[in-house]
Amino acid sequence: MDLLNAIITLTNFVIVPAIAYGSQLALGALGVTLIYGILRFSNFAHGDTMAFGTMVTILFTWLFQSWGISLGVFPTALLALPFGIAGCALFVLLTDRAVYRFYREQKAKPVILVIVSMGVMFIMNGVVRFIIGPDDHAFGDGERFIISARTFRALTGLEEGLAIRTSTGITVITAVIVVALLFWFLNKTRTGKSMRAYSDNEDLALLSGINPEKVVMVTWIIVAALATVAGTLYGLDKSFKAFTYFQLLLPIFASAIVGGLGSPVGAIAGGFVIAFSEVTITYAWKKVLVYALPDGMGPDGLVQLLSTDYKFAVSFIILLVVLLFRPTGLFKGKSV
Amino acid sequence: MNEMVKNTGLFALVALLIVITGVMQSWNTALLILNMGLISAIMALGVNLQWGFAGLFNVGVMGFVALGGLAAVLVSMPPTQGAWAAGGFGVIAGLVMGAVTIVLAVLAYSRMPKGNMRVLVMLVILIGGFFLYRSVFDPAVEAIEAINPASSGNIGGLGLPVLMAWPVGGLLAAGAAWIIGKTALGLRSDYLAIATLGIAEIIIAVLKNEDWLARGVKNVVGLPRPVPLEVDLQRDPEFVERAASFGMDAVTASTIYVKLEYAALFTVVLVILLWMAQKALKSPWGRMMRAIRDNEVAAEAMGKDVTRRHLQIFVLGSAICGIAGAMMTTLDGQLTPGTYQPLRFTFLVWVMVIVGGSGNNFGAVLGGLLIWLLWVQVEPIGLWLMSTLTSGMSDGALKSHLMDSAAHMRLFTMGLILLLVLRFSPRGLIPEK
Repeated sequence: MDLLNAIITLTNFVIVPAIAYGSQLALGALGVTLIYGILRFSNFAHGDTMAFGTMVTILFTWLFQSWGISLGVFPTALLALPFGIAGCALFVLLTDRAVYRFYREQKAKPVILVIVSMGVMFIMNGVVRFIIGPDDHAFGDGERFIISARTFRALTGLEEGLAIRTSTGITVITAVIVVALLFWFLNKTRTGKSMRAYSDNEDLALLSGINPEKVVMVTWIIVAALATVAGTLYGLDKSFKAFTYFQLLLPIFASAIVGGLGSPVGAIAGGFVIAFSEVTITYAWKKVLVYALPDGMGPDGLVQLLSTDYKFAVSFIILLVVLLFRPTGLFKGKSV
Repeated sequence: MNEMVKNTGLFALVALLIVITGVMQSWNTALLILNMGLISAIMALGVNLQWGFAGLFNVGVMGFVALGGLAAVLVSMPPTQGAWAAGGFGVIAGLVMGAVTIVLAVLAYSRMPKGNMRVLVMLVILIGGFFLYRSVFDPAVEAIEAINPASSGNIGGLGLPVLMAWPVGGLLAAGAAWIIGKTALGLRSDYLAIATLGIAEIIIAVLKNEDWLARGVKNVVGLPRPVPLEVDLQRDPEFVERAASFGMDAVTASTIYVKLEYAALFTVVLVILLWMAQKALKSPWGRMMRAIRDNEVAAEAMGKDVTRRHLQIFVLGSAICGIAGAMMTTLDGQLTPGTYQPLRFTFLVWVMVIVGGSGNNFGAVLGGLLIWLLWVQVEPIGLWLMSTLTSGMSDGALKSHLMDSAAHMRLFTMGLILLLVLRFSPRGLIPEK
């Protein structure tokens, strides 16, 4: 019985949150990795792209709420998501046209593009703060829990409860659908194949008649979609704040690099590696150990390896270890 | 128009803008802008050394600046009574143990033959070392934080004059840069960017959470100052008399006098560093650095140790950022880890370097002064612009939202300036020769 309680506690506080966070990171990292593979630079504006897409989604959510439209038990944000994606894609395509294309034609060095993306980051950050402000916004509505701790306890008669929030469930399901769609697109469709070809060898792709501008455009649209979905899911799970999204840049980059920059499978794996290590290392294990160990053997302290404020340190250390021992990442990415 | 005249003109323009601020707003504001501008110019010099000379992409400026601030606290604050006896040595012992663990693990990795045994030994060393470190470190920290937590609860400083903190800040930052450089240099350029971005966040996290060190988010206030207090000046009859002879009241005169003294101190540091950077740029060492930047392969073929040279300049540039950080904390008179934000301390410095002209020391200084001035002034200008634009609108939710949001225009403006300069004048205001 105690062991069962230990497992439930573990699931409730470590596994479920880590899966949700991992899915969000994976979606973010997929965007970074796609840009890196096709446009060949590290996009520092990605966190703010997520923030922008989420902001548009929130605005539409408020609009729908004011019209009295809702999805019942599901959050209204899901209904607003397509509009958020469209808005984000529009904005991203506009920046590509106005900013990035010039450097692409010049064949500028990747590091120049990184600096350019820094400028875009400033602008996006400014726009988001200008429109929605720097404050916290919670925009989730509908049913809060799929199963609440109290219901779970009543159902099973266990001491510990297992709560699964609606946002967690939606996060996982949406992530699975989006990733499946993405891989189907990359592997089965003509445009997807041309994207992969362009990423593998630009010159050969151009020779075989692939239109680079189209590939770039499709990439930006996909990236905008991924960023908006990732941002909205993160916002539903926690809350929306422009600065938090900017800070997500570090774990997202860590996920993409750990998995291998340019490799979509790697980005997903990296996201979960980073999420699970962050959660397990900053979790206080006392409760689980007290249940799992025989009576009297339980620890006195909290058994928390690092305080939660050091979660950035965790992703960073994993990143360093991978860079030192496997510079191309877990799944062979590009290493130029 | 010859180059000398143009550059002098640009500096004169910045001076004029500061004077206009003095006349239009107040001389206190103008001097405040000048002081932070001088500090920003020093930060820009540091980044220019790394990016302009060597092409190293450091986005961890914030971390080095914060380390400089930490140095100001550790050097100048009076020691906390009994903190060292309670746990100071325990903390040091713990930290040394942590360092020894890492060194042992690295040794095990480099000395032992490849295989599962090596991984196992390394893991045992790391995990064992971690728990040993926590068992020594935690009680010591608890003991220190228990001492008078409302006003101190930290280890305190050495009680030395605050000016000594400036070089120490440089040293601290240099030490951190050496560790980062050792691991991340030699990898590709984007990776150095991510590594520095991460380490800056971690340094801020450490400052926020390790209360025993500098009180964390409880902040350290009331740092000793290198210049007299305004209140003391106002009490000094001689000073009041002299202020009166200039036709100023004692309060305004004292605040301006103090700021002028700071400005003089900062100018001295800036001039020394600028002179050194110019010397370095024109020396064989500087030419070698630029040769490495422009073509690493060729430089390597000529027998230059690229990674070592990169490490060298990375450490030097970060040290300059550390000095600037210590100066800034001295100017503020307090260390507030919560206020360090990457947009303000890392990316803004980058805008300064790019706009001023990467690779040119005078350009970096100009960029530092100019962009800081803009950063401060965009807010009132944006507000004014917005109120002019919306003056025809009827009062309502939209108008008040626009007025509230005008304050956020500065990020947008900085981004726009950066993109415009990159596009139309990629070599900056004062290009590299």
